[in-house]
Amino acid sequence: MSETIIKHAVKTAGTLTAFALVGTAILAYIFIITRAPIEASEADARLALFSQILPHNSYNNNLLKTEVAIPPNPLLGNRAPSKANIAKLGDETVGVILEAIAHDGYAGDIKLLLAIRADGTISGVRVLAHKETPGLGDYIEIERNAWITQFSNESLTKTVAKDWAVIKDGGKFEYMAGATITPRAVVKAVAKALQFFNENKPLLLENKTADKVAQSKDAT
Amino acid sequence: MSIYKEITLNGIWKQNPGVVQLLGLCPTLAVTTSVVNGVSLGLATVLVMAAANGTISPVRKYVPNEIRVPVFILVIAALVTVIDLSINAFAHPLHKVLGIFIPLIVVNCIVLARVESFAAKNAPIQSILDGFMMGIGLTMVLGLLGGMRELVGKGTLFSGLDLVFGPAAKNFVLTIIPDYHGFLLAVLPPGAFLGLGILIAARNWMEIRNKAKSADEHTTTSPLQPALHP
Repeated sequence: MSETIIKHAVKTAGTLTAFALVGTAILAYIFIITRAPIEASEADARLALFSQILPHNSYNNNLLKTEVAIPPNPLLGNRAPSKANIAKLGDETVGVILEAIAHDGYAGDIKLLLAIRADGTISGVRVLAHKETPGLGDYIEIERNAWITQFSNESLTKTVAKDWAVIKDGGKFEYMAGATITPRAVVKAVAKALQFFNENKPLLLENKTADKVAQSKDAT
Repeated sequence: MSIYKEITLNGIWKQNPGVVQLLGLCPTLAVTTSVVNGVSLGLATVLVMAAANGTISPVRKYVPNEIRVPVFILVIAALVTVIDLSINAFAHPLHKVLGIFIPLIVVNCIVLARVESFAAKNAPIQSILDGFMMGIGLTMVLGLLGGMRELVGKGTLFSGLDLVFGPAAKNFVLTIIPDYHGFLLAVLPPGAFLGLGILIAARNWMEIRNKAKSADEHTTTSPLQPALHP
C-alpha cells in the first residue's frame, strides 16, 4: 500500500518537474531569440525620446554609448544608481541628459527626463512616468498640455532661486487650478536637477571621465 | 445546437466572463479608462486564453488531478511571458500600449478558470474556440465599459488610438462633447464599479426580457434559469 503511495507521489512530482523543465526551456529559448530585437527597439525608443528634448543636429556622438554612472543622489532623487547620457559635438560636450525623480507628487513618484546644455540652461524636460490624478494632475504630460515646455531655456542664473516655484507660492511658474501639488513637485525637481548639474559639472562635462566610463562599459 | 455554436454563445452571452462569471475583474476595472485601453487588453487576453486552452487540452490526460492547478499556472505564466517577449521584440509600438497590461493577464483568473473548467475536460479544437470566444466576450465588456467611462469622464471616444496605429490615427479620436470639462468620477476607480454594475444590470434585464418573450411565444414551461450562476 505504502509502495503505491510512494510510486504515485514520485510520478506526480516527476510530471510537475517535467512541465517546469519544458516551460523553462521554452522561456529560455524565447528570451534568447527576442533579446536582440528588444534591445534594439528600446534603444530606438530612447533615442526618439531624447530627440524631443535635445535637437539631434546639436550633437554627433552616439548618446546611448556615452554614459556616466550617477550614484544615488538626493538632488536627483534617485535611490538606485542611474545614468546620464552625454551629448557631444566633436570633442566638445554640448549637453547632458539626466533622469530626476520627484518624490513629493500627489500620488507616487514623478519621473522626469531633462536635457541640460553645457551652459546650464535647460533644453527640454519630459515626464517619463507618473501616477497623478487623471484629468487633474496629468497636464504635466506633453501629450495633454504644453505646460512642461515652460522650462525650456530656463536656468538657475536666469531665474533666481526664490522664483523656482509655482505662481501661487510666489514663484514664476504657471500651474493649473485644482492641482498645485503636482506642478510644485515638478518645479522643485527641475530646480534640484539644475543644482545637481552645477555641482557636478566636472563629472558630467569632462570628456575624459565620460569616455572612461563609456569605454569600461563597452569592454565588459 | 452544435457544440461550436454553443461554445460561441456561452462566451459572448450566456457565460460572459465580464458580466456573468464576473471573473478577471482586477484588470477589467483597472484599465478600462478608455475604449482603446479596454479593447487592447481584451485582445491580448483573447490571445492568451486561446493559447492556454490550446496548450492544456492536448496534455490534459497526462496531468494528475492533484497537481493540475500548479501545472496550469505554470503553463499560463510561461505563455504570457512568451507572448509578452514576442510582442516586445516584433511589435514594439504595440508593446508600448499593451506592455503594462500583459503581465496583468497572469493574475486574471478567467484564464485559469477556463483552463480548469473547459480545457481540462474537452478536445483541443473546442478548447481553443472556448478560450477565443470567452476572450471576445470579455473584450466586448471591456470595450463597452471603456467607452462609457471615456465618454462620461472625458467626453471623447477612441482617444489614444494613435498609440496603436501611429500618429495618423489621431484624427479618428471623436470628441463627442466639445468643450467638456470632464467628470472625474467616471475615470477614477469608482467609475469602473458603477459602470460595470450598469452593464451587469443591463445584461440581466435583457436576459429576463428575452426569457419572458420566448416563454410567451412558445408557451412552454421551461423553467427560468437564474441569470447569475457561477
